[in-house]
Amino acid sequence: MSQPLKHDANEQYSKNCQAINNFVVRFANTNGTGSASSNNMFAKAILRMGIPVSAKNIFPSNIQGLPTWYEVRISENNFLARRGGASEIVVAMNPQSLDEDIANVASGGFLLYDSSRALTDSQFRDDISYLSIPISAICQKEYQDPRHRQLFKNVVYVGALAALLNIEFDVLKSLVADQFRGKDKLITPNIYALELGYQYANQHFTCPLSIKVERRDLVNNRIMVDGNTACGLGAVYGGATVVGWYPITPSTSVIEKFASYCARLRIDPASGKRNYALVQAEDELAAIGIAIGASWNGARSFTATSGPGISLMTEFLGLAYFAEIPLVLINVQRAGPSTGMPTRTQQSDVLTCAYASHGDTKHVLLFPKDPAECFEFSALSFDLADQLQTPVIIMSDLDLGMNDHLCNEFTWDEQQKYQLGKVLSKKQLDEVKDYGRYKDTDGDGICYRTIPGTHPDKGAFFTRGTSRNEYAGYTEKSAEYVANMDRLNKKFSTASTLVPQPEIIEGKSMAPIGLIYFGTSSHAIDESRQQLKDHGLAIDTLRIKAFPFNNQISPFIERHTNIFVIEQNRDGQMRTLLMNELTIDPAKLNAILNYDGLPITSTFIVEKVLNTLALQQKSQVS
Amino acid sequence: MSFQKSKFHHPRLPVNDLGLNYRDYEGALSTLCAGCGHDSITSAIVQACFELSLPPHQVAKMSGIGCSSKAPNYFLNKAHGFNTVHGRMPSVTTGANLANRELTYLAMSGDGDSASIGLGQFAHVVRRQLNMLYMVANNGVYGLTKGQLAATADRGMKNKVGEQSLFTDIDLCVMALQLGATFVARSFSGDKKQLVPLIKAAISHQGFAFIDIISPCVTFNNHPDSTRSYDYVHQHITTAAVTDFVPVKQEITSDCAAGICEDICLHDGSLMRIHKLQPDYETKNAMKAIVDIETHKKKGEILTGLFYLDANGEHYHEINNTTDTPLNKLTQDDLCPGSRVLSGINDSFR
Repeated sequence: MSQPLKHDANEQYSKNCQAINNFVVRFANTNGTGSASSNNMFAKAILRMGIPVSAKNIFPSNIQGLPTWYEVRISENNFLARRGGASEIVVAMNPQSLDEDIANVASGGFLLYDSSRALTDSQFRDDISYLSIPISAICQKEYQDPRHRQLFKNVVYVGALAALLNIEFDVLKSLVADQFRGKDKLITPNIYALELGYQYANQHFTCPLSIKVERRDLVNNRIMVDGNTACGLGAVYGGATVVGWYPITPSTSVIEKFASYCARLRIDPASGKRNYALVQAEDELAAIGIAIGASWNGARSFTATSGPGISLMTEFLGLAYFAEIPLVLINVQRAGPSTGMPTRTQQSDVLTCAYASHGDTKHVLLFPKDPAECFEFSALSFDLADQLQTPVIIMSDLDLGMNDHLCNEFTWDEQQKYQLGKVLSKKQLDEVKDYGRYKDTDGDGICYRTIPGTHPDKGAFFTRGTSRNEYAGYTEKSAEYVANMDRLNKKFSTASTLVPQPEIIEGKSMAPIGLIYFGTSSHAIDESRQQLKDHGLAIDTLRIKAFPFNNQISPFIERHTNIFVIEQNRDGQMRTLLMNELTIDPAKLNAILNYDGLPITSTFIVEKVLNTLALQQKSQVS
Repeated sequence: MSFQKSKFHHPRLPVNDLGLNYRDYEGALSTLCAGCGHDSITSAIVQACFELSLPPHQVAKMSGIGCSSKAPNYFLNKAHGFNTVHGRMPSVTTGANLANRELTYLAMSGDGDSASIGLGQFAHVVRRQLNMLYMVANNGVYGLTKGQLAATADRGMKNKVGEQSLFTDIDLCVMALQLGATFVARSFSGDKKQLVPLIKAAISHQGFAFIDIISPCVTFNNHPDSTRSYDYVHQHITTAAVTDFVPVKQEITSDCAAGICEDICLHDGSLMRIHKLQPDYETKNAMKAIVDIETHKKKGEILTGLFYLDANGEHYHEINNTTDTPLNKLTQDDLCPGSRVLSGINDSFR
């Protein structure tokens, strides 16, 4: 069955990669074959051995039959961004992409492949080792059910990797037990499949390889989870009760997770009834309409979507801004424009969301960097929306939303109370002499609202998207319109004091270079800092967490001679937003733009910084 | 501009069970054209709410955009109202209703708002069985943009400037019947005797209630070529049945003769008494109602009255199994699972 090998890891290549706890494993699979859970088990096994790990799913917009990759980076140094470049070991399970996968093995690396099908001569490289395992043949022999023959292939290679990479077998066993808790009869066959691979590898190769893992204690109390789960859970903790939504990749699982946590945590204990309502709407227009209606009526409500959904929601965003209705919108960005690359990541909705809708509109944006912040910001956004009576958009992205990230555990302070903002109770309304929905009583631009049904005689008003006076009466008087627009601007200034502050890291002696970044680009920053240091360059950094911009951002830009704005879009949208909102010299802002649909790497950032500096030097000399 | 009416009223105006008089149910002065059918609808709503002794502040007035959607400003000024986005009232009402199941949702829309830009939202709010009263003021034209034909205009009808409606008209009652609305009726703004009891019954009904109200546009669609003019509607209207509404507390004194009269008990214990004018009239057969509407339309007649009623149908909150307490009244203690639960969730990610 298995063909004679030209090259084998046992030959102990002198040029073999040597690495402990610092390498990349790339799995090449066909989507729809059940590989995701096995690959995830592999990553989690490393994690349970106390070694930091990150995993990226690189998948097509398709359900079955196309190539999909899963890239696991193991890094003792806690460098958890996508590393980029070739991988030390590739598990090639997809004949469709085999040539590409072979090319993607780093020199001195390993290719683990299913040798049930022979490789052609051209598929042999001199500089890598081939780990041939007749995986299909093994499963063909061991299992009768065609579905099992397919599914267990994935488990067999994980078993083999355990032997090859020195993963503790007991850790895998505990993961299987956790994964199939409640479906106990699946535990034994899965462990058996792991053993098939484990034993085959032990019998045929020198295990472990020259790349391997060793137990450490570097994970501490961190967790590994995806951002969409965190956003969904954050909405449960933030008190959301009403959701309107429409399925769209990559945001769908925000709602699915919210729903599954609600089914567990939001059932009224006495009646068994639901303390929430979730409507899968007819489109994104209705999804956001539902959220707005519920918020108007005093329930915490949200919707989640991605690029095309944002386009559809812009009309309603304008209404919510102008009519001053709290709203939480979770935008899991993907590569646009139009349908773009629906399963690839980007940060390309920054401008669209900041100014969504016709007329003069501005919206509060939050930029979480990891799932822990997705949880925190998601819960916080309901407070902000209620306090500011305006939409708050959480700017996640596909990388953050759908990939597992190692991050701090979720925390909830029991002393923390929901901030419901300026909402008048019946008693307060009784005391108010001259209630006007849009009167700026406190001078912060935020007015007092009332919830329908509160008071039999006072406080009712007509909400509308047309211009109105302080008493919510329709007006076309220029002065009243202008006063209202100016007050909305004042409210936006107030927002800049309430949103999360930027994270600034500056050395003792001021570096001339300042890196500004946000969201998922954060993962590549520590590594970039290290690499630039290796080049003799010190950098200061500022991470933007929110729009409107906090007042620390301008001074940071002023303090540095060379600013690099790092983002994952073509047009430098955050750079444009900074230029538009702050009084700064645009020439000072260099753009580092990654927009290939894959998460940004430190290699890319460092190269761009070095190239820009070299060009600057050159122009100074000439 | 909106102008508030004077609060001055006759000291001996009759009051209802809440001690409120008719004037307590009014809103701002209408800015619609003099003679607009929508103003008659407004006054029918005011009368219905007054007679039902509905606490005004327990009503939420919802609308989209258009002449019809301005109307909520002209009734129940003690109720909150929401003039939303063109064609999107159904979704906003859905959210509002989900947030608080206890309020009464009175929605006003128009033919442009519901049959064109908002047709999708209309269809979906029907199938969602939202507990609300959805009224369409149907005049066959776009008023605020000065007289363009609407999708409910009869095929062949000409608007004021002579433009002909070339395509099949959309009948929202037929759609509502097909999509499972549990209360469907058509009425005429000029027939308060028919409209007021229908509105009262529809408000008392627990579930999705739809009333299409033919409401002539005096400015842009009241000419001789129109099939939505006062004259045309008066001449071509046919009534399926006369409906009386008998509130919960009122004793029924008259007899209901079998065959020509039918009493339907609504959820809150009130009664709808129906006097059949068409010999084969039924209230529980949606498919037959569709056939009846179309048959009369072919004869050039506008059939009005209650078309369908299922007093026991489930509405959204029953289907969703939502808790009885309005969701907007749940507190942090009800909603937040707390840090102990969170630590268990954290463990599931290790």
